[in-house]
Amino acid sequence: MTDPNTDGVDGDSPPENDGHRFDRLPATAAEREVPGRPTRAEVVQWWEQRYGIPPATWEEHTFWEKGNGKLWAFAADVVSPIPVESLGLRILRTRQEHWKPSTDAVQRFGRAATENVVRLDRTEAERFARGEDQELPRWDGDWGYVIAAHEIADGVEPIGVGLYLHGELRSTVPKGRQEDLS
Amino acid sequence: MQPLERYASIVDEFDAFRAACDRPLPSVVRVNTLKASIARARAALDADNVEYEATDWHPGILRLEERGPGTSWPYFHGWLHGQEEVSVLPALALDPQPGDVVWDACAAPGSKTTQLADLMDDRGVLLGNDNNLGRLSALRHNAERLGITNLVVTNQDARNFSFKPFGDRTDDENRIEAVDRALVDAPCSCEGTIRKNPDALDQWSMDHVESVVGIQKGILRRAVQATRAGGTVVYSTCTFAPEENEAVLNHALETEDCELREWEPPAGFETDPGITEWDGDEYDPSVELAHRVYPHRNDTGGFFCAKLEVTG
Repeated sequence: MTDPNTDGVDGDSPPENDGHRFDRLPATAAEREVPGRPTRAEVVQWWEQRYGIPPATWEEHTFWEKGNGKLWAFAADVVSPIPVESLGLRILRTRQEHWKPSTDAVQRFGRAATENVVRLDRTEAERFARGEDQELPRWDGDWGYVIAAHEIADGVEPIGVGLYLHGELRSTVPKGRQEDLS
Repeated sequence: MQPLERYASIVDEFDAFRAACDRPLPSVVRVNTLKASIARARAALDADNVEYEATDWHPGILRLEERGPGTSWPYFHGWLHGQEEVSVLPALALDPQPGDVVWDACAAPGSKTTQLADLMDDRGVLLGNDNNLGRLSALRHNAERLGITNLVVTNQDARNFSFKPFGDRTDDENRIEAVDRALVDAPCSCEGTIRKNPDALDQWSMDHVESVVGIQKGILRRAVQATRAGGTVVYSTCTFAPEENEAVLNHALETEDCELREWEPPAGFETDPGITEWDGDEYDPSVELAHRVYPHRNDTGGFFCAKLEVTG
């Protein structure tokens, strides 16, 4: 266990991320103490730039890091750091070249997305939900992590996160969530 | 001994009660309105040709005709959650409001916890605690699938639940030192789940009942202590045993600052009052305000649910 009272006081080494607790993200780079930790501003901006999700979507949420680069959105505010099992919803994996959104985040917040949304027909959506990769040459948008969506009950609904590369859409639906819906 | 025979003297229409206990339960889902409206979830089920019937007391509680809820698009999207019909009651009794701080003392696997989040419109702070780390993963999985963001999951013994992780006795402006409402859906002898688990009574013994009673009393007392004056505590079990129900309430009334409060289940849901005498013991007359749910009344599982106000 780390004693929070000793953080950052023992000499020259900067504080590090502690995988056993949640730390609130700094609002901006000027307030950053833990090297490499993303800021709230960067996270909000990332969702907007990559998917067109408006910053106002996150107005009521605080952002937290637990584990290296794993970010969580929480509906209120609590003390930081906080040693609990989970805090809100895991939304994003950062501290890597391409940030990766979680299936849960995309299902909950992805309806507001306007960019990098790949709309699938019934058969394609069923393949995606089973966790299968598929050829999808018609997509002419960005490569990388996209939101796979389909039409259901008079609306477009996000299914999960796809990785689009070389004409192929890979499903990243976690094993425990994969389902045969055909 | 057949444990249910103990209740011949307190259950009206005992033969109908026994017959209902032998019938399997229908598969029921609750619409998760954090992700979809009731109308949209029902439209998606219609499009998938999933047959269902809304319960006559709640348009978002649906009895499915056949298959389980897991293999349909609305379920995949987290619009639906499998939840036994009768277990919807305690969250309705607790009536949490958006912005409240709520503690669910025995939260896993989370059907009631996720219902609380829905009633809170995913705002405020919902503390979901369970002492069993294995069951916590089910709670987390369910909350994630339903897209809930106001849940904090903890792994403590509810009898000694500590707010220390939440900044108790600090000057942090975000500290939590008490809650507005607490749900104690206590571990119990599960007699009322006989329709879902036909072997639920195989391990039944008075010794087991007596051992869980100690835990139930400890958790309920801690819940009253952890709730601010004027706040609400709901106590529920899925068992008929008065030792685990009215007797536990009676113990809380004698040892903590709290009182039973009247609460009416939704219109059309029929319950029986708590009992004030059992096996030579007498309980505080106010435990009559608790609700006993017998399987033959509404074609559900068995249940017990009581609402308390913290007075001190």
